[in-house]
Amino acid sequence: MEEKSSKTTEVILQGNEACAMGAIYAGCRFFAGYPITPSTEIIEMMSSEMQKCGGAFIQMEDEIGSACAIIGARWGGKKAMTATSGPGYTLMQEAIGFAAVTETPIVIVNVQRGGPSTGQPTLSSQQDVYQARYGSHGDYEIIVLSPSSVQEMYDFTIKAFELAEQFRTPVILLADEVVGHMREKIEIRDGSKQIKSVKQKYVVSPQEDFFKGANTLVEGQLHDDKGRRIGHLAGRSGDFINNINKKISDNVDVIADIDTYFMEDAEVAIVAYGSVVRPAINAVKKARKVEDDRVTTKFKILKDIFVKGIPETFETDYSHLKVGLVKVNTVWPCPEELLKEATKDAKIVIVPEMNVGKYVHEVERVLKDKKVIAMSKCGGDIHTPTEILDEILKEAGIDE
Amino acid sequence: MNKLYEKYIKTDSLPTLFCPGCGNGIIQVAAMNAMEDLGIKDEVACVSGIGCSSWIPCYYKLDVMHTMHGRALAFAEGLKLAQPDKKILVFTGDGDCLAIGGNHLMHAAARNIDLTVVMVNNYIYGMTGGQKSPATPKGSVTKTSPFGSIDEPIDGCKLVSALGASYVARWTTAHPVQLAKAIAEGMEHKGFSFIEVLSQCPVQAGKSVFGEKDPAAIMKRYKEGTYLYKEGGEPVEGKIPIGVFKHDTNAEEYIERVERRLRDQGIERG
Repeated sequence: MEEKSSKTTEVILQGNEACAMGAIYAGCRFFAGYPITPSTEIIEMMSSEMQKCGGAFIQMEDEIGSACAIIGARWGGKKAMTATSGPGYTLMQEAIGFAAVTETPIVIVNVQRGGPSTGQPTLSSQQDVYQARYGSHGDYEIIVLSPSSVQEMYDFTIKAFELAEQFRTPVILLADEVVGHMREKIEIRDGSKQIKSVKQKYVVSPQEDFFKGANTLVEGQLHDDKGRRIGHLAGRSGDFINNINKKISDNVDVIADIDTYFMEDAEVAIVAYGSVVRPAINAVKKARKVEDDRVTTKFKILKDIFVKGIPETFETDYSHLKVGLVKVNTVWPCPEELLKEATKDAKIVIVPEMNVGKYVHEVERVLKDKKVIAMSKCGGDIHTPTEILDEILKEAGIDE
Repeated sequence: MNKLYEKYIKTDSLPTLFCPGCGNGIIQVAAMNAMEDLGIKDEVACVSGIGCSSWIPCYYKLDVMHTMHGRALAFAEGLKLAQPDKKILVFTGDGDCLAIGGNHLMHAAARNIDLTVVMVNNYIYGMTGGQKSPATPKGSVTKTSPFGSIDEPIDGCKLVSALGASYVARWTTAHPVQLAKAIAEGMEHKGFSFIEVLSQCPVQAGKSVFGEKDPAAIMKRYKEGTYLYKEGGEPVEGKIPIGVFKHDTNAEEYIERVERRLRDQGIERG
């Protein structure tokens, strides 16, 4: 995905800003939005930057209008994005279904906060992981990416635009308040990426942008390749649904993406996505006794001075614990085969999530022969590495 | 088949799903005449919502977006901002535009964004089988107002005039020539143009609003029950004003306002 040749610059950015920068790099030239915590920095940045790069920006009257406007703009030939949180994401669901059925490539960012309803505007959650998959009515498939760092807020936004065009589908960037608001040093690329909008053979709807002389009919009712309605015809409608879903379900191997850490010999696997990946990897490192590079190289001496004497330095050596992490980058479509392959030697799978335990059901479905354990955390705080480590120790049968 | 029809209508999509006697055909032809008079067929795209009247553009040989209930204007605004030099013609109905789409109507009018909206007012929810709409006259017995409608009907023209629409007109299906002229004026006008068309739904409104199902009789009422609006003129008791209510060529359009602000701030347009 990355263009190795293009020049990069190191900057410190907030996750939401990185998302906006990624979109601009990916060629996004239309943004419509409505302010909502904790995603507002994205609309703020777009309001000043979009027009400078030749695009258009509009603050709409609500999130429904925002989602509709980006679909309109995409048919006008502009790559388009909106960003929202919680209640705003709920309001966008009908338009997401419209984009799915009309096979419109758009990117929608959901910086998750706690719900239900107004819920927790300022705290984080992963409660929308199923809404991202099943939020709109009807049968449709969708691609959902889950970033776990500021760098990934940037990279995955670019990837979202690529996948949207490649599969002519709405793509959801399912972020959360933690990665949205944290600041990290990241690498951004100079210039702008040309993501080609090529005609796709497996797409059943009209694909030509407006004002190209093609008399494109964009139709929300089930339709044929000319956009003419077929919703009243049972047989053809069934084929239509199968076709628009197959373009994603038959290409899971192309779309699905995971990263693995220490999984080569892991008997206990943690499966995590989004910001929870961060404490999860720290827990794995603690269990494996792998020091964080930055700590060892830059702060080793300081650490020795300040940390000596604190009980943590005398902690038990867990280096015999065979623990690994599977980081799910594309939560939907579920990377089934990759998950099975990565965890084939693991006996226990722990799924920490900032919700009541949702994606764990999908993991249970895929890894039927494993002991899959939900590690739910509700309330708005992200898991600590120690909490995850404790769960690992408990499941590994190690009494402290 | 006449030449205009051949030029503008996808014959392989016929027949239309309109009921016999529906006013949609008259409006479909009026808009075709407007585009033909201006000679701008290649510059026009249509957007519509959900409801009988939103099917009008689906038969045109044009780029058309048949969208979600109430949201045509939001889609149209996105399309317009992506293609600011093109003309966007929006078809919507009284329910689509004034009920579920009311918020988008308010804001699009207030922005004075360059769109031309044809709101077909048949006083009823036709497609779902004759329920009360925001335009249904008080007292009408419909499927969802079995004891007579109690709500004061909403006047779309007054609403958008108050908010900042810069071209506002009302005609009826009994005035097809004037209607075509208004649509053409609206499309030539730079700003938010709103054209309400009083139309006949002989099947549903015929039963619950007019008490007669003959489309010609309903159109005759539109001739007799309306009066031509003149600025400063006295309203006629018991009749509906028709004509051009507002045509403000000085009002600054939304995209023009954006560009002016960028220039004033010295911001370089990419």
